[in-house]
Amino acid sequence: MSATAVRVRPSSTESGRPGPRRPKGRGLGLVAWLAGIIFFLPIAWMALTSFHSEQDAATNPPSFGAALTLDGYREFFGTGGGASPWPALTNSLVASLASTLLVLILALPAAYALSIRPVKKWTDVLFFFLSTKMLPVVAGLLPIYLFAKNTGMLDNIWLLVILYTSMNLPIAVWMMQSFLSEVPVAIIEAAQIDGAKLPTILTRVVAPIALPGIAATSLICFIFSWNELLFARVLTGVVAETAPVFLTGFITSQGLFLAKVCAASLVVSLPVLAAGFAAQDKLVQGLSLGAVK
Amino acid sequence: MTATTTAPVAAPPVHTVKRPSGRMRAWATRAPLLPALIFMIAVTQLPFVATLVISFFDWNSLYPDARSFTGFGNYTEVLSDAALRKSVWTTILLTVAVVVASLVLGLGLALLLDRKFRGRGLVRTLLIAPFLVVPVAAALLWKHVLYNPEYGLLNGLLHYVGGPEPDWISNTPLLAVEMSLVWQWTPFMMLILLAGLQSRDHQQIEAAEVDGASAWQVFRYLTLPHLRRYLELGALLGSIYIVQNFDAVFTITSGGLGTANLPYTVYQSFYQAHENGLASAAGVLVVIGSIIIATFALRVVSSLFREEASRA
Repeated sequence: MSATAVRVRPSSTESGRPGPRRPKGRGLGLVAWLAGIIFFLPIAWMALTSFHSEQDAATNPPSFGAALTLDGYREFFGTGGGASPWPALTNSLVASLASTLLVLILALPAAYALSIRPVKKWTDVLFFFLSTKMLPVVAGLLPIYLFAKNTGMLDNIWLLVILYTSMNLPIAVWMMQSFLSEVPVAIIEAAQIDGAKLPTILTRVVAPIALPGIAATSLICFIFSWNELLFARVLTGVVAETAPVFLTGFITSQGLFLAKVCAASLVVSLPVLAAGFAAQDKLVQGLSLGAVK
Repeated sequence: MTATTTAPVAAPPVHTVKRPSGRMRAWATRAPLLPALIFMIAVTQLPFVATLVISFFDWNSLYPDARSFTGFGNYTEVLSDAALRKSVWTTILLTVAVVVASLVLGLGLALLLDRKFRGRGLVRTLLIAPFLVVPVAAALLWKHVLYNPEYGLLNGLLHYVGGPEPDWISNTPLLAVEMSLVWQWTPFMMLILLAGLQSRDHQQIEAAEVDGASAWQVFRYLTLPHLRRYLELGALLGSIYIVQNFDAVFTITSGGLGTANLPYTVYQSFYQAHENGLASAAGVLVVIGSIIIATFALRVVSSLFREEASRA
């Protein structure tokens, strides 16, 4: 490398290497803190505003130190006379949990057949799953809508369960394939030699090693199902409305609503924030479909 | 346990049951795969085939009897329709702007987070948070709480410094949508690039530093080439998600003010205008666009995948 000829003091504004602290290290730590605070500011402001009264929420300059109240939350949960969010929240919970469960039931055996005891051409199968994820949702939306309309499945939460399963299955297969292939073959063979049958091997050998990965996969599937808007918006109405659809609909034609919007957004986001932080360490692996570890 | 590692892999399995024939065994290994495979084909491939078929029909669901075959009629109509052509352009603009901006920001943040400093874990958590706000909620937050021209936070903060207080959504609608998406997607890019940074060969970097390479030289000649694949992966996965974005466009501008992208246009043309044929043709065009991106994406994923496999 010709670069080495140049003699430069290694003052390092950016050697990403975790090492002894250098003069500029502290300054960059401050920059990182500043960036973190800036990115988090909208969320912090949302949380603060959700505890303000509507009058205090709508001021310029913003009132940072206004009195705190739970009115926004009371309004959101329907004591103010609006529609109750509970049916929508319940629907979202049912759709997300049921589809995550279905994903696990389908993806676990598939991942097993793609890692521990791989079928021939297993990479081709893996890439077929991935390619379905790259098919945009809008590509199949209309036929699904027509199908649902003709079979009376419109406004039915179980249709969403099926669609969310198809949306998350490729991610889950990829993730679990990468987690299951971390189980050493030698251990499985040892168990076989000791006379263990398949169910025993799966529950006693494979499961303990793969469990953190399976948990992370479930959390990521849960997040994607909980967030989904387009299918829910098109395919549900009154009965099966999910929380994101409820959010888009409830701010119409009212005067001051900022505190209420903040309360609602925060409540609806809480499960995702919780699941996301719980899966934090495996988040990259899941989001990059197992390509990055 | 270690003793078993030396056992030959091809050792006959110690099954006492009658050995099934080769073909049966092949199906037994395939069996666990089939439910997932059949499910995916039924739920994702069949509807797309239906979309393809419908796209060749002139079909407005308000006039179901007037359905007729038009060949490529819908496609010529979609491609010659100024509004639809604009939405193609909007989709490209939106995707490229958001992906590039969040990649650059994500790279900066990943470099900052790749060093030791007090509270690094907490800063990482703060930075991930935007990605974990429900997209609709994030869009509502930006639209009403941040962008509101009278009492939104952005103009509130500008008020302190005496800057101009624009009406963000009306003046720069596409930029408004893009900013909210960049806020959500930067953490995603940061996470991927941080994983890339942490998989660098630290001995190599130390050796370069001992040889007197400057920080910039280390970054330019060692870090950046190593990160290339991770940058590609982030860009491609980001593109796949953002090309499909519906939530932000739907919530912030309702597709108005020239922000309607293709997913929103498809949604609108069958959900509101009931033009099934046109919507399907537009949908097929989205798919063709996605396939082009996806081909590259698959190539990058598969090369990373092979690299991981060879390392293991």
